Amino acid sequence: MTQTGSVADGWETVIGLEVHAELATETKLFSGARNHFGAEPNTNIDPVSLGLPGSLPVLNRKAVELAIRVGLALHCEVRPSIFARKNYFYPDMPKDFQISQYDQPIDLGGWLELPSGKRVGVTRAHLEEDTGKNTHVGGSGRIGGAEYSLIDYNRAGVPLLEIVSEPDIRSADEAKAYVEELRAILVAIGASDGKMEEGSLRVDCNVSVRRPGAPFGTRCEIKNVNSLRSLGRAIEYETRRQIDLIEAGERIRQETRHWDENAGRTTAGRSKENSEDYRYFPEPDLVPVVPDPAWIEEIRAALPVLPADRRHRLAAAAGLEHTDQPVIVAVERGLDRLALDAIAAKADPGRVLTHVEHNLAVDGAEQLAGNTLAALVALETGGKLTATQAKAVLAELVELARGGTQGDPAAVAAAKGFEAMQDSALDDAIAAAVAASPAEWERFKAGDAKERGKLTGFFVGQIMKATRGKADGKAVTAKLNALADG
Amino acid sequence: MSGPTALELAAAVRSGQRTAREVVQASLDAIAARDGEIHAFNTVTVEQALAAADRIDATVAAGRDPGPLAGVPVALKDNLCTRGVATTCSSKILDGWQPPYDATVVTRLVEAGAVVVGKTNLDEFAMGSSTENSAFGPTRNPHDPTRVPGGSSGGSAAAVAAGFVPLSLGSDTGGSIRQPAALCGVVGVKPTYGRVSRYGLVAFASSLDQIGPFAATVADAAACYDAIAGWDRFDSTSIAEPLEPTTEALGRGVAGLRVGVVAEMTGEQMGIAPDVLARVRAAADALAAAGAVVDEVSVPAAVYGLSAYYLIAPAEASSNLARFDGVRFGLRVDAPTTAEMQRATRTAGFGPEVKRRIMLGTYALSAGYYDAYYGQALKVRRLILRDFDAAYERFDVLLSPTSPTTAFELGAKTADPMTMYLNDVCTIPSNLVGHPALSVPYGTGVDGLPVGVQVMGPALSEAMLFQVADVLEGSLA
Amino acid sequence: MPARISRDDVAHVARLALLELTEDELERYTEQLGAVLDHATDVEALDLSDVEPLSHPLPVRNVFREDVPGEALDRQEVLGQAPAAEDGRFRVPAILGEEP
Ligand SMILES: [Mg+2]
Ligand SMILES: [Zn+2]
Repeated sequence: MTQTGSVADGWETVIGLEVHAELATETKLFSGARNHFGAEPNTNIDPVSLGLPGSLPVLNRKAVELAIRVGLALHCEVRPSIFARKNYFYPDMPKDFQISQYDQPIDLGGWLELPSGKRVGVTRAHLEEDTGKNTHVGGSGRIGGAEYSLIDYNRAGVPLLEIVSEPDIRSADEAKAYVEELRAILVAIGASDGKMEEGSLRVDCNVSVRRPGAPFGTRCEIKNVNSLRSLGRAIEYETRRQIDLIEAGERIRQETRHWDENAGRTTAGRSKENSEDYRYFPEPDLVPVVPDPAWIEEIRAALPVLPADRRHRLAAAAGLEHTDQPVIVAVERGLDRLALDAIAAKADPGRVLTHVEHNLAVDGAEQLAGNTLAALVALETGGKLTATQAKAVLAELVELARGGTQGDPAAVAAAKGFEAMQDSALDDAIAAAVAASPAEWERFKAGDAKERGKLTGFFVGQIMKATRGKADGKAVTAKLNALADG
Repeated sequence: MSGPTALELAAAVRSGQRTAREVVQASLDAIAARDGEIHAFNTVTVEQALAAADRIDATVAAGRDPGPLAGVPVALKDNLCTRGVATTCSSKILDGWQPPYDATVVTRLVEAGAVVVGKTNLDEFAMGSSTENSAFGPTRNPHDPTRVPGGSSGGSAAAVAAGFVPLSLGSDTGGSIRQPAALCGVVGVKPTYGRVSRYGLVAFASSLDQIGPFAATVADAAACYDAIAGWDRFDSTSIAEPLEPTTEALGRGVAGLRVGVVAEMTGEQMGIAPDVLARVRAAADALAAAGAVVDEVSVPAAVYGLSAYYLIAPAEASSNLARFDGVRFGLRVDAPTTAEMQRATRTAGFGPEVKRRIMLGTYALSAGYYDAYYGQALKVRRLILRDFDAAYERFDVLLSPTSPTTAFELGAKTADPMTMYLNDVCTIPSNLVGHPALSVPYGTGVDGLPVGVQVMGPALSEAMLFQVADVLEGSLA
Repeated sequence: MPARISRDDVAHVARLALLELTEDELERYTEQLGAVLDHATDVEALDLSDVEPLSHPLPVRNVFREDVPGEALDRQEVLGQAPAAEDGRFRVPAILGEEP
């Protein structure tokens, strides 16, 4: 896969993503307060998540396990880690320091494979605590002209895994693909609910531009992208902005920028050139985390098959490339298991994936049994049902599956009056059509493959009309040729 | 000045000879009579104490076990969280704060039947060695009210020395239990780091802080230690190893015990007063007379403890004290924006010593200086640990003065922070390496004021330290 | 050891620590912090090149709690201790600076 990704000729966008994923635990990273989205303000609190004087953190084993799962799923090295204090004042952070992993993260150096087949490097993934939420009251309701703010600490202390990518991404689409793939992995392994709309997945992106092959340009970190759509828009806007600046002979200022969804642009934030002095030092209230190799292997063994591997597996079974669209779609929809079962039941892989891609984008499709789909495909390829009829039958079969019963494709077809025609009836229809158009028939008989090809369409059309679509196109073509060649 | 011991009181209450109410009332009366002069207490919880005493008496009446410290009045350093009772750290910034939870040690004392009679004065946020850095005024030494009680747990030490309570709790980050114990002539214990849960102790320097008891006698101190020590699920740094009951250790004697007198803490370089040194020698002789093998030992890196401590402790403190920002609890000085409000609140709420240490620690951690200061200090800390480990290969316990001098005059050392810091030169090393140490009174100096002798041991050697202190205590009688 | 702490250094750390200093406080603290840091130079006598830093006295590792909910605090009790509160939340003056 070659990535041009340039929005303007001669320029290349370089993107690195920092994804904060809220881990799917019952309780917070360092205390027994609940980790639940949408509770009444300040009800999921205890002395630790409020940072009350005298409170002390105690690490949630489940959060560590989930961090290890993610590390393994992203092919990282799971390492001994320590927590540090990142010191800065902000009212949504109860202790006025964040407990985070700094120079010794739990997951180091992995990669993630995009559906395109491209691998994006994962620099590291580390555990840290989330902050509370500020609501700005008065003025625009935004931080700008607000009169005062209200703070809810329910989210404070919720376990986060910060997953940092290498600057390997080269386009907005690739960035979106990365986040979608990462999200699919996190959900598949039960590490996070992945709900961007609830802030379970938060993306910051570092964007810079350069001439292909040139050293990296100065990057800006874009915050506040709350959906895949804004991620794409923000990157395209920011790329354009930086190119324009450079082409106008100006320099890029290293800074944080905020994506304004309504205005459709990024606005300048704090300069990062003289970056904050966070005074990191080892968190004295916590002890080092040194995962026992046996524990890591136990976690590895329990991992489900991941999306990329599922694409490879289905592609192999279907005789396609793992980067082919039908394969990607099947895995995206979680219908690869159905497809594999149907193919295993001797169904034609092409027909199976066509149905998955075009006729099964519906709830309950995954409840369909592989055998049921295989039986339907068999009727099709056996000339007993047309593609159009098969589609209708399939819809019915999915309905039944949702109700918990696997229907019999033949029976459903019959019920719909789709019973395939008897050969004799078809022969009569063909004879009638031939008699009705002697000139075309002569040309057909005399014609070479190319000529016949043209006329086949004509005759099949006539016969379909005469049989109100019950005839099977393939069967008709075969019979026409047989008849012509005596 | 010394009334009945905690163990005598508990025995009387448990047997029904005395009611907890009488005992607690006597304590409250003593406080009312003399604390105006001493100012050991920030808060006296009269009603809660009497109500708690009545509950103990009801338990006894019902024939149920009221606990080993039944009815014993205890005082708590005012940096230990007490639910619904003001916890001030002797700072304006915690003005009016009533914690919604109890520190683990408080829960354990109450479960043991002890009755909390109040919260004691301290140097603001435990930063000091004289209890003069209190936003509520200094505590005075019961032996001579013109003198300091030491600090930072001066209130808890004075409360026991004045006979207000037989037991109290303090916290020790660089000597804050042992030094005031020495200056007030009582027993003070800093347990092994992690032996007593820090949950509910308002942190000064998290990797150095330990809670420990004050008592008039070694046996009382041991009983209090037994009540508060042990693993706690709310403190990640608390130690899981089972406790060695200290009571058996008392009376075991010191025959054959190898005692090392620390050369670096008995030489001139640390400015130890001659009369204090004389008492340490006397203590060494007493142990030798009791059958211990006494010799001199060198712990070379110990002399660098002060330097390491005054970088590490402020660094941790600068971070621990960030949360006092006027947002969630305590003092708020209003201002148009949150940042201005936080700055105004901290500026008005913290006293000079606290500001000094916050800035020192911020500097030691800040970009460009971390390696030169904090990083170096952590390496020195390792060296000190190595030297102690080496010493404990040849000795079971180490002996030194607790404080270089006896109690000094109020105001004598407030002008120059560095001279005040030197008070902790002998006590700081134990905190840096996490080892237990205690101070036991051993006679008086030329001024007639108490002198304390420090007994140090390797990790988890508390029982042995009580055993040695018990012998020293007996040798005076 | 670096150069002696300067007035500007003290002003900088005061800013970082959200403390306001008057001119003479700045003067005094510069002097006092300098004295403490000077004393700390005695460790230069030590060879620390191959010494591992010791950030914590305990050799313990892997201390975890199970992912089981504990007791929550009562919101009223907690907000009752707050300098200012409004509909279930802590109230603060306008927040100008952005989150780092
Ligand atoms: Mg969520
Ligand atoms: Zn982060």
